[in-house]
Amino acid sequence: MSGGVRTMGTGDIVAAKLQHRRIDLRGKVFEYLLLLSLLISLLFLAVLLFEVTSRGIGVFQERGADFLTGRLSVVTAMTAGVGQAIMGSLLVLVVVVLVAIPIGVGAAIYMEEYAADTKVTRFINVNIRNLAGVPAIVYGLLGLVLFVQILPGITGGKTALTGGLTLAILVLPIVIITSSEALRAVPDSIREAGIGVGATKWEVIRSHVLPSALPGILTGTILSLSRALGETAPLLLVGATTGFLATGGANFFEMFRDSYTTLPTVIFRWSSLPSADFRALTSAAILVLLAITILANAAAIILRNRYERKW
Amino acid sequence: MAAVESNLVDLSGAPARRRKEEIIRRIFQSAAAVSVIISAAIVFSLIGRAMDFLFAVDVSALFSPSGWFPRRGFYDLRTIVAGTLIISLIALLVSGPLGVGAAIYLAEYARPRMRRWLKPILEILAGIPSVVLGFFALTWISPELVQRIFEGATLFNLTAAGIAVGILITPLVASVSEDALRSVPVSLREASYGLGASKISTTLRVTIPGAISGIAAALILAISRAIGETMIVAIVAGGTGGSPFRLNPLQPGQTMTGAMTALAIGSDQVKGEALTFPSLFFVGLLLFFMTLALNVVSERFVRRVREKY
Repeated sequence: MSGGVRTMGTGDIVAAKLQHRRIDLRGKVFEYLLLLSLLISLLFLAVLLFEVTSRGIGVFQERGADFLTGRLSVVTAMTAGVGQAIMGSLLVLVVVVLVAIPIGVGAAIYMEEYAADTKVTRFINVNIRNLAGVPAIVYGLLGLVLFVQILPGITGGKTALTGGLTLAILVLPIVIITSSEALRAVPDSIREAGIGVGATKWEVIRSHVLPSALPGILTGTILSLSRALGETAPLLLVGATTGFLATGGANFFEMFRDSYTTLPTVIFRWSSLPSADFRALTSAAILVLLAITILANAAAIILRNRYERKW
Repeated sequence: MAAVESNLVDLSGAPARRRKEEIIRRIFQSAAAVSVIISAAIVFSLIGRAMDFLFAVDVSALFSPSGWFPRRGFYDLRTIVAGTLIISLIALLVSGPLGVGAAIYLAEYARPRMRRWLKPILEILAGIPSVVLGFFALTWISPELVQRIFEGATLFNLTAAGIAVGILITPLVASVSEDALRSVPVSLREASYGLGASKISTTLRVTIPGAISGIAAALILAISRAIGETMIVAIVAGGTGGSPFRLNPLQPGQTMTGAMTALAIGSDQVKGEALTFPSLFFVGLLLFFMTLALNVVSERFVRRVREKY
């Protein structure tokens, strides 16, 4: 240090630096830029919700529940509805629940509880992660070959069962990964205590590990079902109808082997129609789909936050 | 001594109980094997038909100057690969800054209370079906944003699709980047503060460099998702029915996934070119290997962060 500064003394300078809190302008600008990038994404979400609601709400005001039960049409906007689409989505989801959840949770239990750390195990793990990254439309091609062309005797061709099986394969890696994480979060001391009092591996899993991991598994399950509900691309390949759909007078079980459509498929088809009436219908259908997916996702998030246990 | 021996035998448990254990283990094992079978099934079902296509198609049709018009026998790969790359690039330009910025804010700046509110909202955005974002791109992003800013943009254009895909993958970028930033040990930040560095210097010079492979992984994963995204492209890119080779992002174009959707919707009604259907599988195989390569690279980067700390 030189000149007049020395007269102040080093201690004074340090004291002044420490006491006078300089406003860090650069730091503040940086912080607000970061916040802005977060807010821009949320702004898009807000605009999306506002746009869709303002376009679609009129349909519910005019027609009420009639829209929810109406039949699929791409010609008459006045009577077209999403009744068959909701039914189709429901059928598809039933198949996904019955197929993907047991196999997914079972696979997770094997990978986390039984499998030793071998090359084969590591290969299966890498394989599952890669499956999670395969584009949805590729699963559509798999479904087309496997369920429509090779196994039509079981699925009946382009039916709700085929759509459900295709989506079950699509969400399977997500179910396995989220369930594995939930199982991994259960501490080993729980397992050791069970084994220590003479329980077998399965008895420990059934009575202690699974109950502890249940909230996590449930969260992952809900998220994968909501993913399956919104998925469109693979269903276009395995025959979700985009045009006319006959009303099935069949009973519940026969409907799985009937032609079908789903909510997002109808949204896709209607969005290609330029008339204002169908724009409103598309928005109304989106409102139905968003209401279900947002509620499901919110439930999953709340479930996770509430039951997240720190061991 | 005889008593001890019989005890040892007893410890192995009742045969019926052991048999049950073994059966249950086998059931779970076969569930895990399903995932391997699925991978094999994907590869086999794609390769067979893709080969049919490659053997039957005239090589010149794969590089046809007319563009991608499967119904007329023109399968110009450059057209759909260029469309895919343009949309992915725009999506990356949107989701990169937005996602990484949001991640830095959530990991380094947000108070716990604020984080508790912001994070779930971001997760809700992640749960919006892509078909919904596609409709939003067609009815709002394209007319209200793209066409207002860029004169001469058509209603169906690659930019609107790219922006919508970018918004779709922003939560993913944010979530993977945030994990990477959080895995940088607090002690490194404290060391930096201890030397008198400000928060911004610490973030820019210590935390971000420490998490850089994780952030790179997030961006690579984002490209992979963007390449595979289908519904937004099918709705707003405007390539249904085919497209000439174009590089102008303000005009309609066709991508690999868009081409597959167009083929899938049309294949039931139109029996035109005999090769349109097998071409679907060829494009699918190409898409599969592109995304697989990106995912494997991304995984490498994530592992690098994990090993570092």
